[in-house]
Amino acid sequence: MKYLLSYLKKYKKESILAPLFKCLEACFDLVVPLIVADIIDYGIAGGDKGYILSRFSLLVLMAVLGLASSVTAQYFAAKAAVGTSAMLRHDLFSKIQTLGYSELDKVGTSTLITRMTGDVNQIQSGVNMFLRLFMRSPFIVFGAMILAFTIDFELAMLFVAAILVLFVIVFGFMKITNPMYKKVQENLDGVTEETRENLNGVRVIRAFCREETQKEKFRRHNSMLLASQIKVGNVSAFMNPLTYLVVNTVVILVLWIGASKVDSGVIMSGAVIALINYIGQILVELVKLANLIVLLGKSAASLSRVGKVFEVESSLVYGSDVSEKDFCESQTDEAVRFENVSMHYDGAGEESLAGISFTVKKGETVGIIGGTGSGKSTLINLIPRFYDATEGSVYLNGFNVKTLDKETLNNAVAVVPQKSLLFAGTIKSNLLWGNKNATDDDIKTALELSQAAEFVAKKEKGIYEVVEQGGANLSGGQKQRLSIARALLKNSKILILDDSSSALDFATDAALRRGLKTLTDDTTVFIVSQRTGSVCHADKIIVLDDGKAVGIGRHEELLENCTVYREIYESQFKKEDM
Amino acid sequence: MKNKSSLKRVLLLIKPYGFMIFMSVLCSVISVAASLLIPIFSGKAIDYMIGDGQTVFGEILKFIIIIAVTVGAACLAQYFSSALNNRVTFKICNDIRNKVNEKLHKLPVSYTDSHRTGDLVSRVTADVDSFADGLLMGFTQLFTGVLTIVAALVIMLVLNWVIALTVIILTPASIFVAKFIASHTHKYFKQQSAIRGEQTALINELIEGQKTVKAFGHEEESIEDFDEVNKRLEKAALNATFYSSLVNPSTRLINNVVYAFVALIGAFFAITGGVGMAMTVGGLSVFLNYAGQYAKPFNEISGVITELQNAFTCIERIFELLDEKEIVETDTPVNPTVKGEVELKNVAFSYEPEKPLITDLNLDVKKGQRVAIVGPTGCGKTTLINLLMRFYDTDSGEIIVDGVEIKDMTRHNLRLRYGMVLQDTWLCHGTVKENISYGKPDASDEDIVTAAKAAHAHSFIKRLPQGYDTVIIGGGANLSAGQRQLICIARAMLSLPQMLILDEATSSIDTRTELKIQSAFAVMMKGRTSFIVAHRLSTIREADVILVMRDGQVIEQGNHDELLKKGGFYANLYNSQFD
Repeated sequence: MKYLLSYLKKYKKESILAPLFKCLEACFDLVVPLIVADIIDYGIAGGDKGYILSRFSLLVLMAVLGLASSVTAQYFAAKAAVGTSAMLRHDLFSKIQTLGYSELDKVGTSTLITRMTGDVNQIQSGVNMFLRLFMRSPFIVFGAMILAFTIDFELAMLFVAAILVLFVIVFGFMKITNPMYKKVQENLDGVTEETRENLNGVRVIRAFCREETQKEKFRRHNSMLLASQIKVGNVSAFMNPLTYLVVNTVVILVLWIGASKVDSGVIMSGAVIALINYIGQILVELVKLANLIVLLGKSAASLSRVGKVFEVESSLVYGSDVSEKDFCESQTDEAVRFENVSMHYDGAGEESLAGISFTVKKGETVGIIGGTGSGKSTLINLIPRFYDATEGSVYLNGFNVKTLDKETLNNAVAVVPQKSLLFAGTIKSNLLWGNKNATDDDIKTALELSQAAEFVAKKEKGIYEVVEQGGANLSGGQKQRLSIARALLKNSKILILDDSSSALDFATDAALRRGLKTLTDDTTVFIVSQRTGSVCHADKIIVLDDGKAVGIGRHEELLENCTVYREIYESQFKKEDM
Repeated sequence: MKNKSSLKRVLLLIKPYGFMIFMSVLCSVISVAASLLIPIFSGKAIDYMIGDGQTVFGEILKFIIIIAVTVGAACLAQYFSSALNNRVTFKICNDIRNKVNEKLHKLPVSYTDSHRTGDLVSRVTADVDSFADGLLMGFTQLFTGVLTIVAALVIMLVLNWVIALTVIILTPASIFVAKFIASHTHKYFKQQSAIRGEQTALINELIEGQKTVKAFGHEEESIEDFDEVNKRLEKAALNATFYSSLVNPSTRLINNVVYAFVALIGAFFAITGGVGMAMTVGGLSVFLNYAGQYAKPFNEISGVITELQNAFTCIERIFELLDEKEIVETDTPVNPTVKGEVELKNVAFSYEPEKPLITDLNLDVKKGQRVAIVGPTGCGKTTLINLLMRFYDTDSGEIIVDGVEIKDMTRHNLRLRYGMVLQDTWLCHGTVKENISYGKPDASDEDIVTAAKAAHAHSFIKRLPQGYDTVIIGGGANLSAGQRQLICIARAMLSLPQMLILDEATSSIDTRTELKIQSAFAVMMKGRTSFIVAHRLSTIREADVILVMRDGQVIEQGNHDELLKKGGFYANLYNSQFD
């Protein structure tokens, strides 16, 4: 809530003027019954046409002034609401940019997207309606009450009682039906889930001939939905008659008590009409207020969800002790060193990596192999400090990664992720992610090295070929090769390929590996793979099994003394085929 | 007219609830009548309030009692009509949802394959909901609205036709104003939703790729791109929000002006009177009240019509689905004894007529044989499985299982002959246990565990929070692809018919685990006819027959050694992995 105020402060003028003008409009609305009472009590009673005409002009003037102030209010409210949401979106987006991998995992991408879109829109309409109605409705309710007091004290007390009762009814119903509506939503989600299941599982359901069971399950969920809908329908059907009853009870009492007052000359009949008008206005505004509160409740929920994202602290605090120059000119011949590194993801049952230690010299090629879930990706994600190790330390060029600043780390390591992700734009704009200042020659070299040159050349517009969102117009293999080229353009001294050739055929994969050999002598390459064929030529192979390094060495050595490696190898190449 | 027949069908849906609807209509007539009568009665009562001790209390009391009775009746009528409306609407929705779901199970697999799940799901949920909303609004507001307008009109005309005419002529102006504003703000809304769509796409892309953005230090540029769209959205949103918010104040202006005119003319009549048009103070209060009552449905009616139109669009989308052609079963199904023989004769099939896929496929599989199908992506491997299981029907040619053309059996009869593990590792919403016993619901716990052990799934299932009773959600979102596949394998192991289909059954499992499962598969396949699709050549070496497919044709056929000797496509494929 607090941070929303800080946005509204930037729209101080608008946030104050909008409700103010709304109240002004309400004033014009409130005066109307009084003017009509005057027409009746003085104009008609006195037979004064001139007076009636002047009151009529006043009524029209009130209507026009009401419109003018309402329009002004709407403008200010819209401006403040839209401006606030735009700023909120910008800040939220910028905040997301500062989150580290572990925070992204924790919050979840789809959650972030909903926060950025649905929730911010909800907040926008909440702010808009808040500025427009939150002052107006109570203002009319209390205004009508106060004006009733100016007419007659006793009858006005009746109003106070009626307002209280109406208030209790309207908000009481909200309170009662709210959880019931939630139940309806839950049951509707159940029906949605069932439908999705029936569609996605169509082959399995039919193959196992389970159509009838599925239909039965659906019917059950559907009846549950129906029951909850009827239940809430029956309850909420009470609200309108009940308020109607209260309002008309007031009308009856006003008529009865009013009659004796008129009889004794305390008030005139026009005043009775005005009072009946006011109670109608009060009901309308209370219902509006109730609806507004529902909307505000939703917005407040969105607001607190968005607030939670702002509260997420990035666990990655970059170091600043080492300058990029010191880092690059470091004389050590070791590129990467792991010292007793363990990694335990938040919320995971077991450690994903346990007690890993190894050293890699500059210029070496390292293969990392293991089954699914053995910790391969976890290991390489620690090198560019996408995550922090829970125990032990990772060193680059002899410096602990925690001492390096963001820029240095980013320039030091290039990663080709498992899932090659491209962005809407052109091939070139995607490649420039690796290096903003890359020349077309640089791009050409990178494309050749990544075995992408050939297919890019075949594209009508070459490197200016349009890439659709997510690279949807390219094949898996093409995306993979472009994402390799993008990483190569960074010219980093450490290159990591995380199972990046899985979509390439054997021949292209081999050509790629030959190409990577031609990189400068001091480039260290990590190759993660499930295929022994991809790593067997590496200078060093790390074999992972259940988060532990069960073997580190060259291909031949590992075949000799590492059972896991031998098993993986044999599962892919049978002995007799050798 | 499409609309006309839709209307007819909607009426058919409503028909079973005819009596309830009749009662609801009756109740709304009562409540509308009451709400129109009360101002008249209270006006009459006011007329007896003459100051200075001349008030006729007896008459006033009479009207107060009448009002009380009317209010009571109105309350009851209001309650019953809205409770009935709710009930009818939701029941109709319930009927539609069941109907649509039944339909989904009768549609050919090709329909679900060619339509996006999200779209179909939204028909069952969102479309039915919108239809319900429209129907409910139609039941309540449209009917009572029209009733109110007509009744108020008649009463006003009887009371004083000059004022009545003023009201009748001026009030509809608010509709025109609302229409005018709506048509002019439409373009701003279009603009807003276009830019909003653009921004959502950008947000989706950048946030889904957030890890890549971080890996390349691309945060600043992302923010710049985002801000550019964000600024444009702010402008468009301001226009759309502001201009659309003008509708209410403008219609209110017109209603207020009408109100002023009623007060003016009414007051004049009250002073001068006219032939048959004398106006009392109470009468004026009736008119002032009616001016508002009469205007209200006018202000609401355009909203109701939009809702109704929307409801009809939605129900038409549902009808469209309900009208889709269903699969037809043969009238005289044959049930041959299970042997495990499959023969394909001159089979031709294509998904789209202009793109022939399988043109002339012949295959003869003997009982107990192991058939492996290999070939590049898109060569028709999975299509062959689709045909064998009769998820799709052949265009021409015959598939004969256990001596009978499969079109002469029921689909259930055919499918019960197969056990299968598909590439698509779908699991149902339920416990692990329920999933494993999906094909054999009456299996004992021991059998389930034995199957899980054979599939090498037991050890990871044991480690799940509730073991075999862990509930699988979202089609298996809480499991890894490999784990899902292991459960699918266990599911197949539990119910073992005479024939097996393994379509990329181990694609998500690492090669070491796969090797262990292979031995279980070997036991499973013993004496059974099996079809294996795989891209891992290690999986298929031991098959009796290897079908090498390319572009829908079987280009090579034989066992591993024969094909290697032949030095053709298969040999090439096999050798390339040692490159």
